[in-house]
Amino acid sequence: MKDTEDKITLFYKIPGNDFTRAGEASSNVKSKLKMMGVRPDIVRKVAIAMYEGEINMVIHASGGTIEVIISPEEIEMILKDQGPGIEDIELAMTAGYSTAPDNIRNLGFGAGMGLPNMKKYTDEMSVESQVGIGTTVTMKVKII
Amino acid sequence: MGEFFTSVHLEEDLCKGCINCIKRCPTQAIRVRNGKAVITKEFCIDCGECIRICPHHAKKASYDSPDVLNKFEYRVALPPPSLYGQFNNLEDVNIVLTALKKMGFDDVYEVSGAAELVSEMTRAYVANHRGKWPIISTACPTVVRLIQVRFPNLIDHLLPICAPVDLAASTARKKAMDKTGLPSEKIGVVFISPCPAKVTAVKAPIGIGHSEIDAVLAMKEVYPMLLPLMKKSVNDIEELGISGRIGIGWGSAGGEAGSLLTDNYLAADGIENVIRVLEDLEDQKFDQLEFIELNACSGGCVGGVLTVENPYVAKVKLKRLRKYLPVARTHLDGNQDNKVEGYWTDDVKYEPVFNLGKDMREGIANMTRVVELCEKFPGLDCGSCGAPTCKALAEDIVRGVAQEQDCIYILRDYIHRLSNELSKLDRKKE
Repeated sequence: MKDTEDKITLFYKIPGNDFTRAGEASSNVKSKLKMMGVRPDIVRKVAIAMYEGEINMVIHASGGTIEVIISPEEIEMILKDQGPGIEDIELAMTAGYSTAPDNIRNLGFGAGMGLPNMKKYTDEMSVESQVGIGTTVTMKVKII
Repeated sequence: MGEFFTSVHLEEDLCKGCINCIKRCPTQAIRVRNGKAVITKEFCIDCGECIRICPHHAKKASYDSPDVLNKFEYRVALPPPSLYGQFNNLEDVNIVLTALKKMGFDDVYEVSGAAELVSEMTRAYVANHRGKWPIISTACPTVVRLIQVRFPNLIDHLLPICAPVDLAASTARKKAMDKTGLPSEKIGVVFISPCPAKVTAVKAPIGIGHSEIDAVLAMKEVYPMLLPLMKKSVNDIEELGISGRIGIGWGSAGGEAGSLLTDNYLAADGIENVIRVLEDLEDQKFDQLEFIELNACSGGCVGGVLTVENPYVAKVKLKRLRKYLPVARTHLDGNQDNKVEGYWTDDVKYEPVFNLGKDMREGIANMTRVVELCEKFPGLDCGSCGAPTCKALAEDIVRGVAQEQDCIYILRDYIHRLSNELSKLDRKKE
């Protein structure tokens, strides 16, 4: 963890094998953001976007890592996994499109709103993905 | 009274400085310092969990003594529905109400009657405010305070309608003034409370400028006074009850939500469960719901720390008592007055009491230190330092109210180092 004076980086390893722990990292970030005095509407955006990303990692990529870089100007989230990759990113961004397996859908996930919600709640988002290698999603929520 | 009032407090002589309460507190408001528990008032939400857990009964709730009745010329009791759940084989609430009059009250006004008005108002509010769904119940003051300090994004979902007890108080006062011609200050409106949070809600109300309640008695103190008087009341029962199934139902978890006549609600009770629901709600996991009822105590108001009966037994008793009652007996009379009065008058503002800094820059710097400190600590959350977790100790240090060597592991290392240095010095001398 390297931090300059007004920047803090939080790092999370997302375990892929335990679905019941999915969402813990975003919940931890949420409580830290509140304590740091981040504006409630920003906290909400970050919490929702990161939660969606975290769940995606667990469902599709058997885990990965999330880095959250917080400064007074913006909050950046970098989600990396070594999962199967996304074949057609544009299609994956379509509301309602889902490749989640049935057992996951039975838990109430897999509505096909993961990536669309991540885009909706952030100011910038980029998805880099290579089939068979993995996916990196970078999201930014601007404060100023 | 400082800026923050809480009813829960410590009886120092009884406190042994164990760590039961610091571990149980849902907002991490308690520390053990110099061998005694200390409550950080701005963090306390008056849930009463520490009162429940303290093996030495050192945590107390402040409330008024029954002598307070002598201060007033005309006294009205406000009994909540949870009170009825305390008694065995009670078939008629009028026995309890008549006994209250024998106890020294001139009149009684059932909080469950006012609850039926709140239910009616809530049904209308929920129907007219789709954009604010799910609407969150505000009858439990602990829940409202929790949201105010920890869930700023949910403030907008709060039901801006007075809690039944407050509506009961203003209605009862008006009724008493009309009946007696006495000025307001000579009338005592007295609530019989199942919990300390209601005491706080009277002294430091949220959503309304001031409370019409003059004094709060503890249910557990009124209970033994009522028992003999109830026996005496059996043969001359006065018809004082004004509530039906809906009103009585408010006494236990699910009753308030059930009164909305929709299935599209969630009801959670117990403070840890409430926090979990609020966390999920904040992440917008249930935007399809119309209403969310939350009670800090397990079982709802019958589970308050000032009650006598096991909350689940009390719930059964309430269910029996409701069985042959009409659905509701108190209704809005159609005149707008009632409705306007029942609404909150004040905005609820976010109070970020847990913030680590005065602004974000300071917050980030302090959080960086918290994270660094946490890496140094053993992560055992042993409580020996007086804080509930290593992270809480780190936050205390950053806030300037604790130091690193409060951690016994850090202290041990420090002493080791010190003794090594000393022995080196000794060797040099030789």
